[in-house]
Amino acid sequence: MELAPSSSSAAPPPALAAPKRRAYGDWLYALALVTGACFAFLRYGQAMDGYDAAILVLHVPILAALGRAWRPFRPFLAIVAVLALAGIWLYQGDPARAEQTFFLKYLISSQAAIAWMSALFFIATGAYWLGLAVRSDFAERTGSALAWAASVMGATGLFVRWYESYLLGPDVGHIPISNLYEVFVLFSLITALLYLFYEGRYGTRKLGAFVLLTVSIAVAFLLWYAFTREAYQIQPLVPALQSYWMKVHVPANFVGYGGFALAAMAGAAYLLVSRGVLAGRLPAPKVLEDVMYKAIAIGFAFFTIATILGALWAAEAWGSYWSWDPKETWALIVWLNYAVWLHMRLTRGLRGAMLAWWALGGLLVTTFAFLGVNMFLSGLHSYGSL
Amino acid sequence: MQQGARARVPAVQALLELLSSMRFAISLLTVLAIASIIGTVVQQNEPANAYLNQFGQFWEPVFARMGLYSVYGAGWFVAILAFLVLSTMLCIIRQAAPMLREMRGFHEHAREISLRLFAHYASLVPTLPPEARRSAVTDYLAGTGFRFRIDERADGALIAARQGSAGRIGYFFAHAAIVLICAGGLLDGDLPLALHMYFGGKAPTSGNRPVADIPASARLGPDNWSYRGNVYIPEGGSADFAVLNIDDGVLLQSLPFEVALKRFHIDHYETGMPRRFASDLVLTDAESGQRFERTLEVNKPLTYRGVTLFQSGFDDGGSLLRFTVRDLAPGAHPPYPFSGEVGARIPLETLGYAYTLEITGFRPINVENMAASAPGGGFESFFGFGGGANAQGGKKPRNLGPSYTFKLRDAAGQAREFTNYMLPVEIDGRWYLYSGVRASQMEPFSYLRIPLDGEAGVDAWFAIRQLFFDPARRAALAARFAARNLDGDDGALRARLEEAAGHTLILFADGGFAAISEFIEKSIPEAERERSGAAFLQIIQGLTWDAWMMVREQAGQAALEPGEAHAPFVRDALIALADSGRYGAPFYLQLNAYEQRQATILQATRSPGKPLVYSGALLLALGVFGMLYIRERRLFVLLKNNETLVAMSSNRKTIDLDETFARHRDALAAALGDAAVKH
Repeated sequence: MELAPSSSSAAPPPALAAPKRRAYGDWLYALALVTGACFAFLRYGQAMDGYDAAILVLHVPILAALGRAWRPFRPFLAIVAVLALAGIWLYQGDPARAEQTFFLKYLISSQAAIAWMSALFFIATGAYWLGLAVRSDFAERTGSALAWAASVMGATGLFVRWYESYLLGPDVGHIPISNLYEVFVLFSLITALLYLFYEGRYGTRKLGAFVLLTVSIAVAFLLWYAFTREAYQIQPLVPALQSYWMKVHVPANFVGYGGFALAAMAGAAYLLVSRGVLAGRLPAPKVLEDVMYKAIAIGFAFFTIATILGALWAAEAWGSYWSWDPKETWALIVWLNYAVWLHMRLTRGLRGAMLAWWALGGLLVTTFAFLGVNMFLSGLHSYGSL
Repeated sequence: MQQGARARVPAVQALLELLSSMRFAISLLTVLAIASIIGTVVQQNEPANAYLNQFGQFWEPVFARMGLYSVYGAGWFVAILAFLVLSTMLCIIRQAAPMLREMRGFHEHAREISLRLFAHYASLVPTLPPEARRSAVTDYLAGTGFRFRIDERADGALIAARQGSAGRIGYFFAHAAIVLICAGGLLDGDLPLALHMYFGGKAPTSGNRPVADIPASARLGPDNWSYRGNVYIPEGGSADFAVLNIDDGVLLQSLPFEVALKRFHIDHYETGMPRRFASDLVLTDAESGQRFERTLEVNKPLTYRGVTLFQSGFDDGGSLLRFTVRDLAPGAHPPYPFSGEVGARIPLETLGYAYTLEITGFRPINVENMAASAPGGGFESFFGFGGGANAQGGKKPRNLGPSYTFKLRDAAGQAREFTNYMLPVEIDGRWYLYSGVRASQMEPFSYLRIPLDGEAGVDAWFAIRQLFFDPARRAALAARFAARNLDGDDGALRARLEEAAGHTLILFADGGFAAISEFIEKSIPEAERERSGAAFLQIIQGLTWDAWMMVREQAGQAALEPGEAHAPFVRDALIALADSGRYGAPFYLQLNAYEQRQATILQATRSPGKPLVYSGALLLALGVFGMLYIRERRLFVLLKNNETLVAMSSNRKTIDLDETFARHRDALAAALGDAAVKH
């Protein structure tokens, strides 16, 4: 209870100057977004079709709203934009420069940036755990900063990789979310960003050790997969994946997966705290319950959208919006699992530890839907076979 | 009687209550999730004997009865869904009235005592008179998006306000969506067709017969409004029906138009991966005769007259293949031409073979990723290359050229399957012609690798084989071998070598290397075996060399100097000779030329449930967001002479509520100029 602001703890009085300054910053940020969109349109407009232009325009209000609701997102976006554009500029249309240019080779070519992301996530995890172990605020702050830096490198890596794919040939180029390697980067990135959002929202870094552990496991898998299967190679898209739907279906799915991963870690922390383990070092149960609900809410909402988008895409590519393909079926199972969770939350006697266990078990179900299906079951979603 | 009726009403009510209860919903969703898993573990809709292989005699029929081979259409699965729909509908009905009341109501009659029991409430000490406070509060509420109602009381007034009640519509949307989606799914599932078959007296028939022979009982007309079938069209051909696969049989579904295929395209990336599958179609309306052309691609379907066509696959449409038949029997006729179309079954009795040839497939391009000898991979190449664009690794795609598959079926109905490549393939600087063979679909192909002579090409090996296995010419070969090895020596030794060579040839012709080693095991003492094996190998290699030279002489080519340079050919030729004994075909079918004809496979669907499902999906998305993200807040401000009471409630208890309440409380305190907050 002590961490949660309640009616008895006086909230800071609304500062009079703040809204004005805030509005000023909002406008500046929005202006930067509009400028960026205009620049993109003037520079690359002739290569865009109607969808591209519409999506570009849509991004302005979406990113503006995101930056308004979550202020640290603005510098994040700005740095990613600068680094990604620098990477593109350094390439100058020649893929061979990835090995010749110092900054590309060691910093911001996709492979280098993703390697940096991996390293930074590992160190961030270490810092968070150190902070947890010795109750060091400094270590936790460092973990936070490193997690931000890792996210910047991951996002930069994906954007630069997008550009690199076009260097292989204009017909090869595609958004880097088409194979398991790329989506693992996306998963690490989204999970970390979701966590960082709640870290700021609740003003506590104490959950970082748990969440970053999941991210680190994902990164470890990513590296293993990259080393043993040479999965980092950019492959052209098979005809079934050449669709606009991919660009919305896959990211929406990973917001879902990221939310579920975050909820599972909050659930794990809740179970520990409610048994008195690490009780003083982790957030209060009330906060953990809240994080769990928020993460599942955002995950469920996006997962619903993603599954619907997937059905629309399937209708176009395979001729049927639902064919009980193993991946589809497991998406349904994941969805049902969290639908159950949301109903349990409203049922007396099924709350508390039961919800936490369910969220933790949900991660297993989600992982199976994400990886297990590709490993053990055959079906139409054959892009990411292991 | 009366008593019975009274007892029944509570029973029915209890049942309704159970069905619409939260716990029942939770159980149903869980059961549905678990049931869904089964269909992902057991492969669905496989042919019956695949299950027999997998589960065995005992369990196969048990699982069949449980509907495990088609779980999502099984009665029990549909029953779970039906319960889900029923439970959801009951829930909506039961919740509708109270929820609508809640959405419209303000709870303006809330008693002071209950407000004081709220988790979020604060008491402010007023400095302004009640009237001034009232207008300040209503201004504040209006400015922050609250709607309110005022209840005048003896000791003051209660201003009851609410915000975000629209979120409750989300509940109706999300739950109605489930009903809509299930109903739509039912329309697009197997049920309508099953009913259509039952009432229309239709039954599937065996697919192994010409279309004209399919009886009317297996033909569906335009009155069938829900189906999914395949349309196969070769280039230059057309079709006006789709084939529906039901269990192990087929039904023919007439289409409201005729589709003709002008051309089928496969475009490739540089790496050889397919980039685009497209069919140039001409559609002719069955009623109006109107024609139009359209190109169909993956992800770009076409809907016409309620039927949607998708690019779902491709096949060979009957390519014409021109072969040379190389008879493998020694002393038989020389190679002669032969031709056939893919898909044809050609009895070969007239050619003197007791087989039927079934040409099953043709592929003009076979791109394989051949691992190049470049080092790399793993850690080094992940970091060694800067960008993904450079990371093509050590793999180089290579086109192996056309390949063709066929079966040779003997009189007993047993078939061996062959896959041959038209062009020789280079491996480490030497060239081979590949032919794969297998006795059943379960096995992988084992390959016969025929080496090419630099000058004579593939002819050399076939000529060597003829010579090697020809009893009539065996003696000449053995004599030549003996003469070469023991030139000018005494006759007795040479005669013995000649005899040994002849004997080796007989053994080899009989059963390859296996026959030779069997002979060694049987007739040579153990101590001598190793030496003797080496001697046999030397003899058979020497014989291969001599056979090669004889063949070259006959073809008018110069003799070669024996030496290391020619050793690989001799070795490869010998291995191929040994393998050819197990080839299992009386001839080698060599492709010389082809005229490719492709076919497209389209999927034709009519799904009447689609609008329902799509509108359900839209409602679901809106509903879920509404339920999760529109927060209902109720703010109560009780104005009394000596106190202002602020209380807040919400249907979602999250930490946000604490903050929101604190914000409103402080803002109200500021607006009212109240000096202090007390509790």
